Amino acid sequence: MSLESLGWQGLVILVVFGVSLLIATYCTYAERVIAAFLQDRVGPDRAGPFGLAQPLADAVKLFTKEEFFPSGANKALFIFGPCLAMITALMSSAVIPFGSFLKFGTTIVHLQGIEINVGMLYVFGIVSLGVYGIMIGGWASNNKFSLLGAIRAASQNISYELAMGLALIAVLMMSGSLSLRDITLQQSVPGEWQFWNIVKQPLGFIIFIVCAFAETNRTPFDLPECETELVGGYHTEYSSMKMGLYLFAEYVNVFVASAVMSVIYFGGFNFPFQYELRGWLSSSQGLSLDAAQNIVAILGVVSVFAKIFAFIFFFMWVRWTLPRFRYDQLMRLGWTILIPLAIFNILLTGGLITTGIIPEIKHWW
Amino acid sequence: MQSLSNRAKKLEKKPMTLAERAYLPAIFQGLTITMQHFFRAATKKQITIRYPEETRPFSPVFRGLHVLKRDEQGRERCTACGLCAVACPAEAITMVAGERKKGEQNLYREEKYAVSYEINMLRCIFCGLCEEACPKAAVYLQADKMAPPRYERDEFIYGKDRLVEPVAPDNRSKRGIQLTPEQAEKLRGQMQSA
Repeated sequence: MSLESLGWQGLVILVVFGVSLLIATYCTYAERVIAAFLQDRVGPDRAGPFGLAQPLADAVKLFTKEEFFPSGANKALFIFGPCLAMITALMSSAVIPFGSFLKFGTTIVHLQGIEINVGMLYVFGIVSLGVYGIMIGGWASNNKFSLLGAIRAASQNISYELAMGLALIAVLMMSGSLSLRDITLQQSVPGEWQFWNIVKQPLGFIIFIVCAFAETNRTPFDLPECETELVGGYHTEYSSMKMGLYLFAEYVNVFVASAVMSVIYFGGFNFPFQYELRGWLSSSQGLSLDAAQNIVAILGVVSVFAKIFAFIFFFMWVRWTLPRFRYDQLMRLGWTILIPLAIFNILLTGGLITTGIIPEIKHWW
Repeated sequence: MQSLSNRAKKLEKKPMTLAERAYLPAIFQGLTITMQHFFRAATKKQITIRYPEETRPFSPVFRGLHVLKRDEQGRERCTACGLCAVACPAEAITMVAGERKKGEQNLYREEKYAVSYEINMLRCIFCGLCEEACPKAAVYLQADKMAPPRYERDEFIYGKDRLVEPVAPDNRSKRGIQLTPEQAEKLRGQMQSA
C-alpha cells in the first residue's frame, strides 16, 4: 500500500470516527424528539432552531458537572470503565464498508476504515469486549446496584452473543467470506437479479435484530440499567462526562449495530439499479467511467446511511413502544427460543444450499 | 361458594396460542399504535402549550390576583371596613384604617380609607370570599392575572402599591373586574342556573 493511499485511508478513518461521534450526539436529540412524538409531546425545542443545539447544551452540562468518586471505589478502574466502553464502541465501526470506492486518477479510495478478511469476526470480538467497560465500571463503583447491573449486562451479552453468532453463521454459509465488503458486494451482482440477504435469511435477520437490541442494552432488554429495579444500573455512581461517555457509547453501539445490520442483511451501500445508473452516466451522459463510479459511490454512501438511520429510528421506536422484559424471561428467550431457532436456521440454510434453492454466489469482483 | 350477586364470572386461563407466544404479532401491533401517534404529533397541531410564548386561556370566572378598585373618578373605593378580613378564611388580609383629610376628596371616595392594605399571597387561598363580602365593590380577584412566583417570602405580602389599580383606565385589567355588584350577582345567577 502506497504512502498516498495510506494517507487517504487515514482520512477515511478520521471521517468515520467523526461521523460516528456526530451521529451518536444527534441520537440523543433524535431519541428525545422521537420519544416525544410517539407520546404526543413536543420534545426539546428551546436550544436553537427545533432544539438542534440541544446536544451541545447537554455536553456543556455534562462537562461542567461535578466529578464524583464514591468512597471505596477503585479509582483507576472507575475511570477506565467508561473509557473502555467508548473505545470499543468506536473501534467496531472501523471495518464497516460505508461505500464502494472513489477513484481519482490512479488513486483508489475505499470508503471503509480498514478492509480485513475477518471483518465480521473483528466486529464480534470488539462488541464482546464492550461488555468489559460496563462490568469494570459497575464493579469499580462499589455499589450493589451497579454490580447487579454489571452482572446482568455480562450474562445478557454472553447469552445473546451466542444466538447472534449462530444467526450469522447462516449468512456466512451463503457468502463463504467473513469480510463485510465481500458480503456487501455479493448482494448485488452486475447484470443479474440479486436479492439482498434479508430475502434469503428472514429468520436469521429476526434473530439478529433481537440479539442486537440485547447487545446494545436497549429496551426491551435494557436490564443492565433498569431504573425501576437498579436505580441506574451500572452507571448509578457515575456523574459528569464519565456518565456521558457511557450514554454516548450506547448510541455509538446502536449506530454500529444498525450499520452491521444494513451491511449484512440490507445490501450495505448497494442500491437498486446502481450498475445501470453507472452505465447510463458513462455512456449516454458523457461522463468518464471514474466520474460515474464516484457518483454511484457517493449515492451508495447516502443509501447505506439511509438504511442506518432507518434502523436507528427503529431502535428508538421499539424503545418507546415495548416494556422491559423480566430477567428470567430474557434468559428464557435467549437460551430456549433464539438459540434453537438459530440452529434450525443453520440447518435450513444448509439444506437450501445443498438442494440449490439458494444459488451459490459467484466471486465476481 | 355461592355467589350472592351472580355477577362473578369464572375465567379459565387459556394457554396462549402460537401467535401470542411468538411475541412478534403483538409487537407489530404495538409498533403500529405508536407510529400512529408519531404521525399525529408530527403532522397535526400539538396540544402542548409552549408556555412563555403561549399561555393557557383563563376561564372568565377564574379567581386570580386581587385588585383594589377605583371608582369612575379615580378615587379608591375601599373604606377599610374590615369585612373582607373577617370573611377571609385564611386570614390573609390585614389593613389599617385612617381618616380622610381635607383636600383628599379626589383620592378617597369615603371619609374613611385604608392607610395600608396587605394581602399575604402565601396565605390566600383565592376563594373569593373577600370579593363577596365587600360592600363597596372595592376588592376583586382578577380573572387574567396570577400571583407570580418570587424568591423571598416578604415579596408575597402585597401592599397597596401593588394592589390598587392604576389611575389611568388604559392600564386597568380588562376582564372580570369591571362588573358592578348587580352585574356580578346576575352572572352568578346565570352560572348557577347553567
